[in-house]
Amino acid sequence: MAGSRKVFSLLKLFGLSLALILFIVPFMFLVMNSFKENREITSNPLALPDSLSFSNYTNAFEKMGYVDAFSNSLIITMLSVLFISLFAAMTAHYFVRNQTKGNQYTFLLMVASMIIPFQAIMIPLVKIYGSLDMLNSKWSLIYMYIGFGSSLAVFIYHGFVKSIPKELEEAALIDGCTRIQTFFRIVFPVLMPTTATIAILNVLWIWNDFLLPSLVLIDAKQRTLPLSTYNFYGTYTVDYGPLMASLVLTVLPVIVIYLFAQKYIIQGVMQGSVK
Amino acid sequence: MITEKGVWNRLRLRLLFTGPTLFTFITVMIIPFLYGIYLTFTNWDGISTTQTMVGFQNYGAVFRDADFWKSFGLTLKYVLFTVVFTNVLAFLLAYVLTKGIKGQSFFRAGFFLPNLVGGIVLGFIWQFIFNNVLVYIGQQAGIGIFSASWLADPDKAFWTLVIVTVWQYAGYMMVIYVAGLSGVPGDVLEAASIDGASGWLKMVKMTIPLMIPSFIVCIFLSLQRGFMVYDVNLSLTKGGPFKSTEFVSMHVYQKAFLSRDYGVGQAEALVLFLLVAAITLLQVYFSKKLEVEA
Repeated sequence: MAGSRKVFSLLKLFGLSLALILFIVPFMFLVMNSFKENREITSNPLALPDSLSFSNYTNAFEKMGYVDAFSNSLIITMLSVLFISLFAAMTAHYFVRNQTKGNQYTFLLMVASMIIPFQAIMIPLVKIYGSLDMLNSKWSLIYMYIGFGSSLAVFIYHGFVKSIPKELEEAALIDGCTRIQTFFRIVFPVLMPTTATIAILNVLWIWNDFLLPSLVLIDAKQRTLPLSTYNFYGTYTVDYGPLMASLVLTVLPVIVIYLFAQKYIIQGVMQGSVK
Repeated sequence: MITEKGVWNRLRLRLLFTGPTLFTFITVMIIPFLYGIYLTFTNWDGISTTQTMVGFQNYGAVFRDADFWKSFGLTLKYVLFTVVFTNVLAFLLAYVLTKGIKGQSFFRAGFFLPNLVGGIVLGFIWQFIFNNVLVYIGQQAGIGIFSASWLADPDKAFWTLVIVTVWQYAGYMMVIYVAGLSGVPGDVLEAASIDGASGWLKMVKMTIPLMIPSFIVCIFLSLQRGFMVYDVNLSLTKGGPFKSTEFVSMHVYQKAFLSRDYGVGQAEALVLFLLVAAITLLQVYFSKKLEVEA
C-alpha cells in the first residue's frame, strides 16, 4: 500500500515536471537561438550556439527603437494603472457610502458594460478621437485605458469598501478631517491589498495590450513595446537571429519582475477572481 | 452617515469622487458604443466627413457576408475547444498542486509564466516552434506529422491556435481554481471519507459542486477571451493559410480598417457583441442555478 502510493506520487511528480517542461521549453528555444546566426538556426534549431555573440541583441535593440518603446510602455502602464486605481477607489467608495438609486444604477451600468467586447467599440472610438485629433498620442491612450479599466476596478473595490466599518470614517470626520482627507488617510490605505490586486491585473493587461495601441499610436516614436516588436518582426521576417533577440528583449523585463514578485502576482490574480 | 450641508458642497464632493471615473467611462465606453450603433445605419467610408443613412442595409450585408459567418463558425469551434481544454487542464493542474506536493509554488509559478507575455510575442515564439523546431525534429526523427510546418496546412493551423491558447491560459485559470479548491472546507471532505466515500465520489459529489463559482469565473473569462482573440491570431497565423484561421475579431478589423467598409464592419462587431452577450449571460444564468452552499 505504502509502496504503491509512493509510485503514484512519483508518477504525479513526473507528469507535472513533464508539463512544466512543455510550458518553459518554448522560451528556452527562443533564448538559445537568439545567440545564433541565421545559418545555424536554419540548419539546426536545437543545437547550442557555436559562440556567445550579442550582435543579434545590439542589432535588434537599435532597430526596434528599444529605448523609446520601453519608456513609452513604462509611462503608459504606470500612469494608467495609477489613475485607474485612484479614481476607481474614490468612485467605489462614494457609491458604497451613498447608496442612492442613481448611484446604484450607475454602478450596475458599469458592471454590465464589462461584457461589451472591445471590437464593438474600436471603430467608433477611432472615428471620434480621430475627428478630435486625439489619436497618435500616448496621453490619449492613457485616457482610454482609464475609461476601459475603470469598470472592473470599481467593481472589485466596491466589494471591499463594504467591509470597511463606517464608524472608522465617521470618527475621522468628527475629528475634523474633510472627506478628501478621510479618503486619503483612512480609506485608501486600508484598501492597499485591493489596490495591489487591481494594479497587477491592469499591468498584465496594459503592458501587453496590442490592439488598442495599434489603433491609437501611429508614429514610430510613440510605439509601445508590443507594437515595436510587431513592426520589427514585419520588417525583418527572414533574419531569425535578431528576431529571436527582439522577442527576448520584449519578454525579459516581465520575467525579471516576475522572478521577484511572483508570489504577489499570483496572489493578485487569485484575489481578483474571487467575487 | 454624516452628510455635507448644502447642495453645492454635495455636488462638489460627488464630482470630485466620481467625476474622473464617470467622465472617462462615458467618453471612452458609452458614447463610442452608442455612436457605434448609429454608425451601423450609415455608409461611412472612413474618409468623408459626412455619412448618409442607409437603414438596415449594413445588416443585410452582414448576413450576405459569407466570410463573416465562416470566421464566426471558426471562432465558435475555437472557443469550444479552448474553453474545454483550458479548463480541464487548469483544473487538473490546480487539483494536483493543492495536495501539498514539494515545490508546488514553483510549479504554479512556471505554469503561470505564459500569461505575463503578450499574445503578439507568444504568437511569434510559437511560429518559430511550429515552423522550425518541430519541422526539424520531424524530419530528423522521421515523424510524419511534424515533418511539414503546421502553419502551412489549413486544418493544422487551426489546431496550432488552440494549442497556443490552452498553453497560454491554463496557468491563469489554474490560479483561480487553486483559490477555489483551497476554499473547499476540509471538514466536509473528511466527514465524507469517514462515511466511506471514495476519492472519485468526493470529487463529483462535493468538490465540483462546491467549486461552481470558480467554474463560472473561469468559463466566463475563457469564453470572453476566446471570442475576442486577436493578437495571437495575428502574430501566429495572420488568418492564413487562405483565411482558414481568420477569427471574427480579425475579420471585423479587416472589414473596417482595410476594406474601409466601416458601416458593415461595425454592424458585424455589434452582431458579435449580441451573440457574445447572449452566450455569456446564458452561461452565468445556468451556472448560478447549479450553485450550492457548503
